[in-house]
Amino acid sequence: MQQLLNTALGGLTLGMVYAAFALALVLIWRSTRVVNFAQAPMAMVTTFIALVIVDAGHSYWLAFAAALASGLVLGAVVERVVIRPVEGGPEINAVILTLGLFIVLHALAAVVFGNRYRSFPAPFGVRGIEVGGTTIALTGFGIFTILAVLATMGLLLLLFQRTDIGLRMRASAFNPEVARLLGVRVGRMLTLGWALASLVGSLAGLLIAGGSLVHPGYMDSVVVYGFVAAVLGGLDSPFGAVVGGLLLGLALSFVSGYVGSQLVALAALVILMLVLVLRPGGLFAQTAARRV
Amino acid sequence: MLTVTDLTAGYGPVRALDGVSFTAERGQVTAVLGANGAGKTTLLRTISGLHRAERGSVDLDGERLDRVAADRMPARGLAHVPEGRGVITELTVEENLRLGALGRTGRLDPADLERVYGLFPVLADRRAATAHVLSGGERQMLVVGRALMARPTTLLLDEPSLGLAPRIVAQIFELLRGLVESESLTVLLVEQNARSALSIAHHGVVLNLGRVVADDDADALAADDQLRHAYLGF
Repeated sequence: MQQLLNTALGGLTLGMVYAAFALALVLIWRSTRVVNFAQAPMAMVTTFIALVIVDAGHSYWLAFAAALASGLVLGAVVERVVIRPVEGGPEINAVILTLGLFIVLHALAAVVFGNRYRSFPAPFGVRGIEVGGTTIALTGFGIFTILAVLATMGLLLLLFQRTDIGLRMRASAFNPEVARLLGVRVGRMLTLGWALASLVGSLAGLLIAGGSLVHPGYMDSVVVYGFVAAVLGGLDSPFGAVVGGLLLGLALSFVSGYVGSQLVALAALVILMLVLVLRPGGLFAQTAARRV
Repeated sequence: MLTVTDLTAGYGPVRALDGVSFTAERGQVTAVLGANGAGKTTLLRTISGLHRAERGSVDLDGERLDRVAADRMPARGLAHVPEGRGVITELTVEENLRLGALGRTGRLDPADLERVYGLFPVLADRRAATAHVLSGGERQMLVVGRALMARPTTLLLDEPSLGLAPRIVAQIFELLRGLVESESLTVLLVEQNARSALSIAHHGVVLNLGRVVADDDADALAADDQLRHAYLGF
């Protein structure tokens, strides 16, 4: 019973991070039809920026804010400088550019920050909380992870559903030409979308790094799991990305806890294949509803 | 008043518009007629800045429009309702309408919303519904209503009758005619259905292979048997 609870709690925490990362991928996919493989190294770079600030003796929270802000800027710059020039061409060009960016950011980070493992601080405890005499697999930092991701999603939901700028962003994603005719500056909305996605990716990067080790490649497996989570939920659906992330986190946690931790990556691939075979549109894709 | 002078545009080596010139008067419906491929849609897309002109100019109430980006057109008073209606089906009815208002002033005036709901009560009933549940006629009302949210002086309509039942077409055209008079709108109406377009238009321009082949009062065009047989198909 206790193992079941601990496995579920571990999966929930991990799932929240996957959900955030999947959401970052979906925000970009939905507006530009590009799977941003560079999301992982972009988040890695901003986490290293936070580490530099912490190492300089500043507070964790300043570093946290700086990482999120640099994520916002990095996303906007990548869209403007790397993606915009190939816009209008085949989408595969932009995808290949994000793969190129993946390699470039990796190499740059190794040169600038060093190619070795470094420990990254956590603002809250990373040991299990005691409940009724037993320690459960939920840490103070785990609670912070869950709350931070939930808060970010809540704010994004408010932005998209309740504000004029959110309405413009959705219109640009759904139908850029009509949005343009209605006076929406679609290019700016795309830049903003990339910036927000990159910010969410940075958040995921910080949450994975907390109380753990960072390295130029420490986010690389997360982009795989985030992508599986996004496909699971349907690449077009932010809500699906979140549910997909949670489901994947739970599933992988159970595989790790009950089957064997060495099978986690394989399990993720099996889930990806099952989804693509059984429900290629994902669990929540709007295309399924539109077919009616 | 919308004046098009020597407008020329194309797609690579294909010339879709070849020196098109005409004037659409304020407070009138000007029909743009012609067969498939005559250049009607390209004409509207070039006027609204979605397609780049190779030559020629567009002038709206004394201001040059032909170097203005498409997303700045609502601020100039021009609203383009594209072919296939252009409802953003993922958004709700009210979100579509709100979007229309943002283009011109950046802010929503609730009075505009109420005015459009007054014109199209069926939209008011479904304001919270996702637009993809609307019927074809309701979608047409939504895009016209959405265009009006920007308080345009000039309305470009691309095939509003496409795929609609004749009764619905008559209803929408009736409404359009009323709006033209009450708001003194300039309307450029592209239609394949020449007979129903000429029934509400004051003036008509007939295109064939990118050139103007006739430019006259609607009544005169409808009475010209030779023209009707050659280009208008009725």
